[in-house]
Amino acid sequence: MDKVHSHRQVAVIKHSLFDQGYLDEQFIQLEELQDDANPNFVEEIVTLYYRDSSRLISNLDHTLERNPLDFNKLDTIMHQFKGSSSSIGAKKVKAECTLFREYCRTRNGEGCRRSFQQMKKEYAILRKKLETYFQMARQAGPKETAFRPK
Amino acid sequence: MLLLLLLLLLLLWWCYCSVRFCLDLRSMNLGNGKGSMSAVTTTGVMKSGDAVSDQFPAGLRVLVVDDDPTCLMILEKMLRTCLYEVTKCNRAETALSLLRENKNGFDIVISDVHMPDMDGFKLLEHIGLEMDLPVIMMSADDGKSVVMKGVTHGACDYLIKPVRIEALKNIWQHVVRKKKNEWKDAEQSGSAEEGDRQPKASDEADYSSSANEGSWRNSKKRRDEEEEAEDRDDTSTLKKPRVVWSVELHQQFVAAVDQLGIDNLCNGTFDAWVVGIFVCILSKTTLLPLWSPVFRYSHCLGRCKEVLHAFQIIRVSNVNRYIMTLHFGFIIASIVNSHPTEAVPKKILELMNVPGLTRENVASHLQKYRLYLRRLSGVSQHQNNMNNSFLGSQEATFGTISSISGIDLQTLAVAGQLPAQSLATLQAAGLGRSTAKAGVPMPIMDQRNLFSFENPRVRFGEGQQQHLSSSKPMNLLLGIPTNMEPKQLANLHQSTQSIASLNMRVNASAPQGNPLLMQMPQSQPRGQMLSENTGPRVPRLPSSLGQPNVSNGISNGFLGRNGIAGNNRGPAYNPVPPNSSLLSFPMNQSSEVSVNNSLPLGSTPGISSITTKGSFQEEVTSGIKASGAFPSYDIFNELHHHKSHDWEITNPGLSYSAPHHANPLQGNIDVSPSVLVHQGFSSTQHTGQSRDATLMGKAMFSVGEGSEQDNLQNAVQHLHPLLVDNSVRVKSERIPDASSQTNLFPDHYGQEDLMSALLKQQEGMGPGESEFEFDAYSLDNIPV
Repeated sequence: MDKVHSHRQVAVIKHSLFDQGYLDEQFIQLEELQDDANPNFVEEIVTLYYRDSSRLISNLDHTLERNPLDFNKLDTIMHQFKGSSSSIGAKKVKAECTLFREYCRTRNGEGCRRSFQQMKKEYAILRKKLETYFQMARQAGPKETAFRPK
Repeated sequence: MLLLLLLLLLLLWWCYCSVRFCLDLRSMNLGNGKGSMSAVTTTGVMKSGDAVSDQFPAGLRVLVVDDDPTCLMILEKMLRTCLYEVTKCNRAETALSLLRENKNGFDIVISDVHMPDMDGFKLLEHIGLEMDLPVIMMSADDGKSVVMKGVTHGACDYLIKPVRIEALKNIWQHVVRKKKNEWKDAEQSGSAEEGDRQPKASDEADYSSSANEGSWRNSKKRRDEEEEAEDRDDTSTLKKPRVVWSVELHQQFVAAVDQLGIDNLCNGTFDAWVVGIFVCILSKTTLLPLWSPVFRYSHCLGRCKEVLHAFQIIRVSNVNRYIMTLHFGFIIASIVNSHPTEAVPKKILELMNVPGLTRENVASHLQKYRLYLRRLSGVSQHQNNMNNSFLGSQEATFGTISSISGIDLQTLAVAGQLPAQSLATLQAAGLGRSTAKAGVPMPIMDQRNLFSFENPRVRFGEGQQQHLSSSKPMNLLLGIPTNMEPKQLANLHQSTQSIASLNMRVNASAPQGNPLLMQMPQSQPRGQMLSENTGPRVPRLPSSLGQPNVSNGISNGFLGRNGIAGNNRGPAYNPVPPNSSLLSFPMNQSSEVSVNNSLPLGSTPGISSITTKGSFQEEVTSGIKASGAFPSYDIFNELHHHKSHDWEITNPGLSYSAPHHANPLQGNIDVSPSVLVHQGFSSTQHTGQSRDATLMGKAMFSVGEGSEQDNLQNAVQHLHPLLVDNSVRVKSERIPDASSQTNLFPDHYGQEDLMSALLKQQEGMGPGESEFEFDAYSLDNIPV
């Protein structure tokens, strides 16, 4: 009962993540890759993502502090970050990245900064949510299987 | 007699290459590396694919390159789930070294576009040139330009991130497809007696659409009647209202055209030599297994430029490979054939003897071929640029080698530097015709090449060959991608395409081919004369000539181009382009470029030949100069063929290259076909691929030297005025002059006519103009 309840909780969390648009289809893909050989594959990936992307974010921070802004470099870094984020299915983060790149393209420094702040926010929120999710999933045990939200 | 010897040599070389190719193929592994894959000659692509392990595509060895660790890990997991063998690296350099260490260790490469240490497209080029593995590009960027860039750089697929596992499940198709193409190539090369099979289309090229990979593939399937009956469904194709010009069919077409005595046959021959040499070089580098047959043929034919161009094309699309192959065969056929008749659809049809093919089909195909050739010549300049880039790496080698007296080594060195400039210029000019600028660097380059070739040529017989045959030239070639920017490569591709088209067109312009063919025999006898010096080398020519029809076809294209301008130019003219290609290729990019520039000069076939001789004599330190002339001439010829376009291109060359430049170039061009052939060989030597070619080239060269010298003097006098005149004219009005000149030259199909024209000019200009001295090459004069 406990296990079932835990699993259901995990499912609820996952559902909400998808419903609220934090995650997208790609996350499902990752979960489908998870198997007995790699039971914590998704968590590993997400951890790796956050570790690597923090480097990119600090890089972006530095570049945004410069004056005048080097939009090309910003765009390059953000492109990389966007690729990473889309790989794990971070939907909102990815959207902000797209917006950021658009601001870069139009050479809108202020827009870039705003978008960057927003992106960081989403990034942090998603991190917390995923942490909770993985924690619950680990507690619930390996019964968790990938499912597709409606 | 000489022809026979040459054919024999060609055949021998081709056999050698085929064997090598087969061995190479055998070493190739598909997934679990089923033995059936190595059955090059037996199974067709389909069969080979089927024969692969039942587990296929499981076990497919994939190399993933991405600097993003997250993506990398995800991809690895996905690929593992697809039961592939995955190797991942996060740096392009690592990936390259991995691939180089174990050439057959991977079946397919997946690479990200944006990487910090190396651009993904650059890596793509490297892989394509060095290992010829299928490469899939991927990026979060789905912009059309990026995807297009992937296509033009030769990626076999482009995935948008985030990559789904479904997309990865089917990547094995690219491996099979590529192997299939390679098999076809192997089979092509496997068909030894190309010469015998000229009428037969062993390799079909989907001439109808160069970019139509799909249909082209179908055509490829139809290839190799002899080997696989099931592959041959020309008949069924032909019966359809719309004839699909498969590789086989086109080869037949080309062979038929050739037999009918297409103009510039001689040119094509030499071109084929150059190409052959180039091919050999490339095949040595295992750049493209598909190239093997083509190159095998053309190495002897020595149409470096065309080869390079063809290479470009091939890199871009599979279709072109076959076209090039066919063209090579065509060239060979041209060489062998010496019927001075005209290539009219009816006769082509008769010669082809393909059931179900109508005269209208042939006529339309001929037209397309002509257009293709024209198009090729149009981009020949770019190609030259590209060639220059390619050759740039080799420049140093040649520069040091060439110690031609009278030749300004410094000039060469400068010229070597020019490639970059010219290349940039050319690139800037776009594929279109880079005019003056391109011309400027090119002539210089050509001269450089000439010089380099001269020296190496002389030595090729000796130690050079060893160098050439070594992998070193290959490395140079391999290094080409590194040297070249993706843009350059793109240009090259384009040039290649243009060349391919050019070849096609050349074939179409049958009349032009005839002179070439005719000239070829002429040169050959001459070559034979001189071959005494080189001895066994000369026979090489025939063998190379005898290479598959494909080569002929391709060379014909070149031939046609060259021959268009002036049958008068004849042998000298024809060979030049190929030689120049070769020469320039190894020499340096600039030479290629310059060669093209020299084309204007060469436009007066007779003149150029004469000038070649003249310059030849002036410098006559060695036949080298003549060799040098070839490249320029060759290019010039090619350009010349392309009507006004050519003239545009050539004009710049003429304009910027001072009369003396022109003269030397022309003089070079005029070198007897044998010389040109020699050139081709020389270049071959440079590349190190075809020793034989080198030998032959040398033989030819010596032949040319000997026989040409006397003529050269006379010709020079005549040519100089004309040349000078041309160059002068070019300066003032490029295009108009070009056209006028074009008109002038095409009319001079016979050497006699040319001579008379020259004489007329001479009267106007006086013999003093002849400044064939190679000093003209000094860069100072060239307004870079």
